[in-house]
Amino acid sequence: MSTHEATVEHHTSTGLDNTKLAMWAFLGSECLFFGSLISTYLLYRNRVVTGPTPHEIYDIPFTSVSSFVLLMSSLTMVLALAAIQRGDHRGLRIWLLATAFLGLSFIGGQVYEFSTFVEEGLKLSTSTFGSSFFVLTGFHGAHVTVGILMLLALVGFSWAGRLEPASEGARKVELIGLYWHFVDIVWIVIFTVIYLVPTKG
Amino acid sequence: MATHVETIPRRRGLLARPTAKTGLWGWMTTVDHKKIGIMYGATAIFFFLVGGLEALFIRLQLATPNGEVLSAEMYNQFFTMHGLTMIFLVVMPLGVALMNYFIPLMIGARDVAFPRLNAFSYWVFLVGGLFLYSSFFLGGAPDGGWFGYAPLSTSLPGNGMTFYSLGLQILGVASLAGAVNFIITIINMRAPGMTFFKMPVFIWMSLVTSFLLLFAMPVIAVALFQLMFDRAFDANFFNPALGGDPLLWQHLFWLFGHPEVYIMILPAMGIVSDILPTFARKPIFGYAAIVFAGAAIGIMGWGVWAHHMFAVGLGPVGNSVFAATTMFIAVPTGVKIFNWLGTLWGGDIRFKTPLLFAVGFVALFIIGGLSGVSHAIVPHDAQQTDTYYIVAHFHYVLFGGALFGLMGGFYYWWPKVFGHMLGEGLGKIHFWLFFIGMNLTFGPMHIVGLQGQPRRTYTYPEGMGWDFWNMMETVGAFTIALSMVVFLVNVVVSKAKNEEAGDDPWDARTLEWAMSSPPPEHNFDTIPVVRERDDFWDQKYGRTEEQPQPVIAGGADGHEEHTEHIHLPSPSYFPMLASFGMPIAAYGVIYFNEWSFAPLVIGGGILITLLSLMGWVLEPGTAEE
Repeated sequence: MSTHEATVEHHTSTGLDNTKLAMWAFLGSECLFFGSLISTYLLYRNRVVTGPTPHEIYDIPFTSVSSFVLLMSSLTMVLALAAIQRGDHRGLRIWLLATAFLGLSFIGGQVYEFSTFVEEGLKLSTSTFGSSFFVLTGFHGAHVTVGILMLLALVGFSWAGRLEPASEGARKVELIGLYWHFVDIVWIVIFTVIYLVPTKG
Repeated sequence: MATHVETIPRRRGLLARPTAKTGLWGWMTTVDHKKIGIMYGATAIFFFLVGGLEALFIRLQLATPNGEVLSAEMYNQFFTMHGLTMIFLVVMPLGVALMNYFIPLMIGARDVAFPRLNAFSYWVFLVGGLFLYSSFFLGGAPDGGWFGYAPLSTSLPGNGMTFYSLGLQILGVASLAGAVNFIITIINMRAPGMTFFKMPVFIWMSLVTSFLLLFAMPVIAVALFQLMFDRAFDANFFNPALGGDPLLWQHLFWLFGHPEVYIMILPAMGIVSDILPTFARKPIFGYAAIVFAGAAIGIMGWGVWAHHMFAVGLGPVGNSVFAATTMFIAVPTGVKIFNWLGTLWGGDIRFKTPLLFAVGFVALFIIGGLSGVSHAIVPHDAQQTDTYYIVAHFHYVLFGGALFGLMGGFYYWWPKVFGHMLGEGLGKIHFWLFFIGMNLTFGPMHIVGLQGQPRRTYTYPEGMGWDFWNMMETVGAFTIALSMVVFLVNVVVSKAKNEEAGDDPWDARTLEWAMSSPPPEHNFDTIPVVRERDDFWDQKYGRTEEQPQPVIAGGADGHEEHTEHIHLPSPSYFPMLASFGMPIAAYGVIYFNEWSFAPLVIGGGILITLLSLMGWVLEPGTAEE
């Protein structure tokens, strides 16, 4: 997060890095955030009074492809971290950009999906299903977007020489990586719960 | 460690680095946990006066039957804002103020883990509070109760409940950032030798509180977002016509709301657990028991939320389970009470003002705790729900409990923070007025509650038999107000008298009393090495052999550098700037359906926050020499 933590508190009570522990704590909090949104969706998915029902409208093959794209971005994120751990800044930038590109493709798929659903008559205001679907997947998309911004910032930092020395840079890349992998893993849960679990009717 | 700093090519941030250490800019850009703690405390006391003023209006309205001081609409706004203010803008931040100031001092650290994040928490808290209060001038404050039950909260006219959904959301960001900061500070920044079971009880309770915040805040965040989407963007989370479920709100709200109760009381329990040993001149009785009881409350607090919902008809199984868990949670609470009594038993007790407040806490918390257990009896609860009996109960735990503990903490630590004592005479007058006023206000609410006086109702007819006690409650409320005047006079008079406190005026036990009053900016010249629980007491009275030379945290490699110059985190504009974007974006949401340019306002607010965070990341935590 900043050089302060790295310079003054390189020695900590547990030996673990402050920023990494903080990211874990934050991700723990995020579990409850997505847990509440997913619970809401589970409550409402079978209660459609007006408008389309979930499996009338889902295009499972399409979303499977975009989910695959997002999962692959975790692989490229791992490769980015491996590159900076070797001190390979060029490799780092390539893999970070690849990760950001895959994330952007996923977001593009989500924008396409949302606009298709609206055309087919499912809006935020249509039903409790519409509200809970758009708010859950929308918040996930917002998390991916924030992740993309952080990845692009890392690319910029790498160019500007702000990820030197490589060990310090690797710490920062790993931190953003933790967030990115979490957002991916949450999507596995969301994809399963929303698209794969059958609904009534 | 510091070597790589020189290798990074330096560039200017977005703004020139602030350098002022004093004056207005010094306070606005500070990242010093002590200054931030003082700002938290001052802001919370200000909101306490505002929330108290609202309470006085409520009591004036209810002093006599058919009162005409407030209209029904204003009454709804006043009791809602009174609750929101006292919970989110007073009790929580007062706890945070003391945690901010004393966690680093008590664990032997130079600052919290993330000093700028700490400043960010404060500024977000401040703008969140001001945002919430701006609703009074923009068409009406929230008026659906602090619990905001849907679908009432989604259908109330005006923007009040939209302010509620966004204001609490902003305050939640502050709490979450603070919680992460304190957790990492306590886990990772302890001085050498300060193992978990040598930490003062206040530190333990701060840790449990922070974990509760970490996991409770996201739950209420989701509920508040759902309310916001319903109100501003036509979503239908809570619309019964489309299958929306009012119980969803209640479950999410109380899944946050009950841990929130412990978030408010645990810091006070920690404070009392440090005050009692100091003034009884004995170690805390059963340290491990009191620590584990606190942790047990923190864990069990997640399994009792539906006792707030017995009246909605969860069915016999649900009701029985939550009745049982609620009775069980009284066990660790009882353990703590016996620990406190055991600490006082046989002690060399000196009845100074902090101890009066601490003992007042124990006494009043027992009353509030017992009436709390009476809610766990489901048929009994059905009689109490929505009556003044409930109001009596939670004021005994939150006023008699949390506020007495926090006030005790103020008297206890005032000399450390400001270097002079708070007057004992005025302090004792403050305590007795506070104590008598509190019991006069909330004691009779048990009686009128059991007689059926409904809460959240702006007036009541004559001839119900409630007139006398309601008048007494109003007299009590003004007694409390008088006691706060005494407190403020005490603050001013004590400052003028400037009675030198010295480093250790109470002959206390924990590490913060080992340093000067007020402490130097860098806290410790050398990081202490802790050997015992109550290490400072042990240094004064316990150690017979020669004390070992204190060594610097970080080991021999950093030794010389640190003794010559201590690198402290530098002031920064960005935490404050980042907080400003949030209310701007929130106003955009509130007027989304009225302003055509509202999306631009929302985007602008988000952009301000993002750019400030970017500047924050680009700026090194410690400026160049």
